[in-house]
Amino acid sequence: MPASDPVLLIDGLDICLPPGGDRPLAVSGVSLTLGPGEALCIVGESGSGKSMIANAVMGLLPGPQVRPTAGRIRFDGQDLLDLSDLQMQTLRGRRIGMIFQEPMTALNPIMRIGDQIAEVYRSHTDIGRRECREKVLAALADVGLPDPVRLADSYPFRLSGGQRQRVMIAAALALEPALLIADEPTTALDVTTQAQILKLIRDLQRRRGMALLFITHDFGVVAEIADRVAVMSQGVMVESGPARAVLDRPQHPYTQKLIAAIPHGQSGDRAPAMAPTALLELDQVTKTYRLPGGREVAALKGVSLSLRKGETLGIVGESGSGKSTIGRCVTGLTPISSGRILFEGTDISKLGPKGLKPYRGRIQMVFQDPYASLNPRHRVGSAIMTGMLMQGIPKTKARDRAVELLSLVGLGPEALERYPHEFSGGQRQRIGIARALAMEPELLVADEPVSALDVSVQAQVLELFDQVRKKFDLALLFITHDLRVAAQMCDRVAVMRAGELVEYGEGSQVLHDPRHAYTRELMAAVPRLERSAS
Amino acid sequence: MRDFWRRFRRNKGALVGLAVLAAVLCLALFAPLIDGGDPWAMVQRPFLPPFELAHTLFGTDTLGRDIGTGLVYGARVSLMIGFVSTVAALVLGVTLGAVSGYYGGWIDAALMRFTELFQTVPSFALAIVLVAIFQPSVGSIVTAIAIVSWPPVARLVRGEFLTLRQRDFVEAARLDGQSDLRIIFVELLPNAASSIVVMASLMVATAILLESSLSFMGLGDPDLMSWGFMIGAARTVLRQAWWMSVFPGLAILMTVLALNLVGEGLSDGLNTKLGGGRGNAGL
Repeated sequence: MPASDPVLLIDGLDICLPPGGDRPLAVSGVSLTLGPGEALCIVGESGSGKSMIANAVMGLLPGPQVRPTAGRIRFDGQDLLDLSDLQMQTLRGRRIGMIFQEPMTALNPIMRIGDQIAEVYRSHTDIGRRECREKVLAALADVGLPDPVRLADSYPFRLSGGQRQRVMIAAALALEPALLIADEPTTALDVTTQAQILKLIRDLQRRRGMALLFITHDFGVVAEIADRVAVMSQGVMVESGPARAVLDRPQHPYTQKLIAAIPHGQSGDRAPAMAPTALLELDQVTKTYRLPGGREVAALKGVSLSLRKGETLGIVGESGSGKSTIGRCVTGLTPISSGRILFEGTDISKLGPKGLKPYRGRIQMVFQDPYASLNPRHRVGSAIMTGMLMQGIPKTKARDRAVELLSLVGLGPEALERYPHEFSGGQRQRIGIARALAMEPELLVADEPVSALDVSVQAQVLELFDQVRKKFDLALLFITHDLRVAAQMCDRVAVMRAGELVEYGEGSQVLHDPRHAYTRELMAAVPRLERSAS
Repeated sequence: MRDFWRRFRRNKGALVGLAVLAAVLCLALFAPLIDGGDPWAMVQRPFLPPFELAHTLFGTDTLGRDIGTGLVYGARVSLMIGFVSTVAALVLGVTLGAVSGYYGGWIDAALMRFTELFQTVPSFALAIVLVAIFQPSVGSIVTAIAIVSWPPVARLVRGEFLTLRQRDFVEAARLDGQSDLRIIFVELLPNAASSIVVMASLMVATAILLESSLSFMGLGDPDLMSWGFMIGAARTVLRQAWWMSVFPGLAILMTVLALNLVGEGLSDGLNTKLGGGRGNAGL
C-alpha cells in the first residue's frame, strides 16, 4: 500500500557533540517513522536532543563538531544525510517547511511582510510578479491573518508575536511541503495566542494532509496536537506510541515523572492566612511610561490589591498586561505615577532612597531569568552574603547563614565557592531564592520564577517556594502567566489585562468559576492533558 | 584562569607577541645591567656604521652617541610613557563611561557631548598643541596622550554598562541596598573588564606611537632618550646614515606589533563564547 509509505523515516540516528561535553552523543540510536497526514510530537526537556533531530532533518546541524555519525534519514525516497548542501537547499522550503520558536527574530525587520513570503516563491519557482503577489495574499489569508493586502505591505514591527508566527507559518507552507517541522513554535507566545496557533497548525495539517514533526517540552501541547508522541531523555528515545496511550498510561518512569510534574491546576488545600491586617496594600496605583517622542503607555491603570502575612497572591496575565510592572513598583525598582503603596501602613512609594533604606531588606525579589539574575563574575557565596554584609551582619555569621540557606534550597556548602555558570537553570533559581531569603524578607515578589525552567525542575522549585513561605511565614506576590501554576500556588488570584484588574478573588473561585469573560477565555486556552480524551 | 590560558595559547601570534613584549620589558627593567653606558655620552666618532666595533654594535649617531645604549634606555621611556598614559586614560575614560552608562538620561547626554568634543578634534593635533602649551616634559606628554586617548574608553564602557545595567542581578543588588558606587565598581565593572583589558593593550601601543611622533617633531622631553627622539634627530641624515633611524624604528615596530598581537590573544582568551567547551552546545 503506497499510501502508508512513511514520509519521513529516521533509523538509528546518532549525532555527536563536541568533545568535553556532558555526553558524547547529543542523540543516540533514534528511530522514527512519520506517515503522510500524521502529527508526531517529540517531547523532552532542555538538553534532551529533541531540537537536534529537527535540525538534522533540515541539514542545519552546526557541524563539523556536531554532525550525524550513524543512521539514516529517509525522505522522498532519498537519504538526506547523503545529499549535498545545494541539494538540501532546494529541498528546504519546497518539500520541507520549518517554523521556529522565536517569531520576533525570525523575520527581517526592514523587509515588507509580503516581500519576505514572495522570497520563498521566487527562490524555488519562476512565477511572474502578479501571480506571486496573488499567491502571497492567498497564503496570508490562509493562515487567518486579517486584511492580507494591507498586511503584505507592512513591516514586521507592526505585527504582534502571534501574527508574526502566522506569517512564519504562511512562509513555511507557501510551497505546500510534504513535511512541516515546528520547533517549539508556541513557546514564546501567550496562552491565548498559543491556543490559536496550535489550532491553526492542526487545521492546516489536516486540510493539506501534511506530515507534521512537532518539537515541544509541553505535554499539554502534545495532547492538543499529536497523533503520536516520542519522549526524549538525554538523547535517547525512552518511549513512543499513540499520543493518548502515552499520556494516559505512560510506561517509562521518565515519562511518568514528567507527566506527574505538570502543574495540575488544582488548588492545594491550605489554611488561609488569618493575619488581621494587610502587610502590603496597593491603592489606585497607576504607572505611565513616557516613551521618547512624547507617546505615553499606561502600564497600570488604577490597581488596588492587598496581601496579608503568610498569604500568596497570584498575579496572572499575558505579556503586556502590566503584571511585571506591579512587581517592579512594589519593590521600588520602578517609581509609580500616582496612587499609594502601603507597606505596614507606610506609603513606601513616596520615600526617597534614604527613607526607603530600612525597607530594603524586607521586600525581596526572585527574577524570571536564572541566567541574568546572578552576576557571572561573583561567586555564589558573595551573591548571597552581600546583602547581609551591607546590613552590617558580621562576615562569619553571614557565612553560616548562607550555608544554612543553601542547604534549605537543596545545595551543599561547597556551592559558596563556585560561580553561577557551574550550575543548571533550576539550581540557579534555587540560589536566587536563597539570596532573596538571606535578607529575612517579609514580602517576596517572584516574577515568573519558573517559566524559564523545565517542567520537572519547575515542580521542584514551586515546591520550594511553598516550603519557604510556610517556614518564614512570608507574604508572597507570585507573578505568572500560567494559570495552572497560579491555581496550585496561590490563596488569592488577580487577573490582569491591559493594566487593569479584571478579576480578583479567592484562587479556587477565580480559576474554577471565573466571572469575567477574559478569565474564562484564559482558562479555555490552557492546553490540557485530558481534553482530547473526550 | 586555566581556560583563559588555554584559549590564549591557541593564538600563536599572541604567544610570539608576548615573548617580544617580555624581552622589551626585560630590556627596560634591567637597562643599567645590560648596557652600563650613558645614552647621552659621546663614546666614539660620529657616523660610525653598525657592526664594525663590538661595543658599539649598532653604530653611533651624529654626535658619536651609542645607538645601542639609546635603544636600551629608549625602551624604558617608551614603555613607561605608554603604560602611565594608558592608566591615566583608563581612569578618566572608565569613570566617565561608567557614570554615563549607569545613570543614563541627561547625565549620559551631557557626558557624551563632552566626550564628542574631544573626539571631533584630531587627536595628534590636539596632543601637539597641549605639549606645546605646557612645555615638553614627561608630565605634559603623558597628560597630552591621556587626554587624547580616553574618549574611546568612555564610549566602550558606556556601551557595556548600558546593556549590563538592565540585567536582573543589578536589580537584585539594588534591593540588597547596595550603593550606586558599589554596584558600578563591584557588580558591573568586572563584567566589562575583558573588553577594557583588550582595549588597554592596544592603547599602550597607540601611546608609544604617539610619544614617538611627538619626539620626532621635537616635542619630546629633552632630558629623556626615546626611540622617537632618536629617529627625529637622525631624519636630516637619513640618506647618509640609515642605521640611526632604522634601529629605533624597528624597535617601535616590534613593540607595537607585539602589543597588538597580545591584545588579540587577550581578546580570544577572555572571550568565553569562543570554544569554551562549556554548556550544552545549544541543544
